[in-house]
Amino acid sequence: MGRLAYIGFAIAALFILAAIFAPFIATHDVNAQDLFMRYVPPTAEHWFGTDGLGRDVFSRVVFGARISLEVGITVVVVSSVIGTIIGAIAGFYGGFIDKFLSGYVFNVFLAFPGLLLAIALVAFLGAGQGKLVAALCVIGWVGYARVMRGQVLKVREYDYVLAARALGASNFRILFTHILPNAVQPLIVQASLGMAGAVLSEASLSFLGLGIPPPSPSWGTMIDEARQYFSNSPHVLLFPGLAIAMTVLAFNFIGDGLREYLDPKQRSR
Amino acid sequence: MKHKILNFARQLGLMLLVIWTAVSLVTLLIEVVPGDPATVILGETATQEQIENFRTKHGLDRPAFFMSYSSDSGFVWNGMENRYAEYWQGLLQGDLGTSFQTDRPVSEMIFERYPSTIKLAIAAMLVAIGIALPLGVLAGSRKNSLVDNFASFFALMGISLPTFVVGPFLVYIFAVKLGWFSATGSYYPEDIILPAVTLGAALSAILTRMVRSSVIEELGEDYVRTARAKGVSERMVLYKHVLKNGLIPVVTILGLQLGVLLAGAIITEKIFNWQGLGLLLLDEGIGKRDYRLVQGCVLVISVTFILANSLTDLVYRKLDPRIRLT
Repeated sequence: MGRLAYIGFAIAALFILAAIFAPFIATHDVNAQDLFMRYVPPTAEHWFGTDGLGRDVFSRVVFGARISLEVGITVVVVSSVIGTIIGAIAGFYGGFIDKFLSGYVFNVFLAFPGLLLAIALVAFLGAGQGKLVAALCVIGWVGYARVMRGQVLKVREYDYVLAARALGASNFRILFTHILPNAVQPLIVQASLGMAGAVLSEASLSFLGLGIPPPSPSWGTMIDEARQYFSNSPHVLLFPGLAIAMTVLAFNFIGDGLREYLDPKQRSR
Repeated sequence: MKHKILNFARQLGLMLLVIWTAVSLVTLLIEVVPGDPATVILGETATQEQIENFRTKHGLDRPAFFMSYSSDSGFVWNGMENRYAEYWQGLLQGDLGTSFQTDRPVSEMIFERYPSTIKLAIAAMLVAIGIALPLGVLAGSRKNSLVDNFASFFALMGISLPTFVVGPFLVYIFAVKLGWFSATGSYYPEDIILPAVTLGAALSAILTRMVRSSVIEELGEDYVRTARAKGVSERMVLYKHVLKNGLIPVVTILGLQLGVLLAGAIITEKIFNWQGLGLLLLDEGIGKRDYRLVQGCVLVISVTFILANSLTDLVYRKLDPRIRLT
């Protein structure tokens, strides 16, 4: 695997550890306000400075990792399970079911710009972490379904699948014990790129005021709050911005690295 | 010929089916609003009479769909007197309903703002092409060189850095520190540059990658070897032969990305207070709970996206006869 993929793993591990041990790493109470300490630049006391309400930016960025990764992981797990099942059904059964699912349902979901669909769903459902996750799953599953369908179409013609069928194995058994394990690799690539997408979408929706409402330390919300006084206190925006960029970059590195590793044809490019 | 016409009809049919589903989904989205939309909009202090008037005026007193279900009476057929059918009837006459807040026709509000968003999306696309084409060609023709490494780094940064981080920093440097442009709004023609660069940054990154791998792939083809053997200069090989073929997938991406840019413009418009469709959706639509306006905005952006995608698909087939999409 390429060097960048290892860098990606290292950064991702750093953020995951920060998210798990956030209460021990944070130096201040995440919502404690101190109006006498507004927009303080980075100091020994406040490593990343303070925001417009005098809250410690470092502690908020650390706790923000929790929200981002929690949303990202939930979205990836839920949408990959749904997408895998639907994609497997489409690829395995073929015929009318496949035509309906891949020819119509997939196209409908791909026909909406993802962010717009999520905005529309959240606008009507209302803001909140659960609803945000639901909206991101609605736009996320179709990517996994397409990958899975393609893999199943490829693998189901292999000799060992035909042999299993000849031995009388049930469709369910063939799908889960023979086809699925062989289709997992591209799904992992899709999941790591999906993780980057989910983190970015969560931050984008929170930035638009449609994600996780304040005072939760979501990175997107922090950036939205920091915009007003950005010209005087750029640090309030810089650190959550860097956190988002590094997390997204890490998962993109991992996804790209794994894709190259798993697909030797791409290695020469 | 017959095959071509059939294929075209199939494409057209699918496009219409997708548009129908998109419209239906958007129309029915209002049904998922928790509680009664009239109460949500008028507030808790509204009298029963005000709520009734509002519901009658905006057709909210009618059933949502052709059929409804309740535990008491089971499935009930509501006939044509339902909101879904009425929305469609209006839509076919170019009427997107009346705003819940301003009482103005939604279509009028949208088409006042849409040109601004399209202008921004086209400017962003031009920025992206202006950056990606030279950088991608240089990187692809000098694989593993310093330029190539820089292009790869630039592409990764462009994909990973969110618009709402890039935008404020561009404002900080070019508007606040250097004073070259207005920080927000659009007062002078050059004020489109910062929003266009912000919106086009991610696309330029994707395009740079595409142009680079396209150039690398085409440089390995037989016709390039033949051209070189005939003594054609390297510059001519690159610009006349390689680019001509290598740009086909790039054109496709451009078409597909137009819709993404229109949707992504929502964030850029918020950063720069750019008075386009995105800001209308956010401030007037979602901010003031004007669900009719939200429906209209989402619908117009989605249909543009679908049309752009379908057109790209057709152009893609036309450009390269080798391509037969299934």
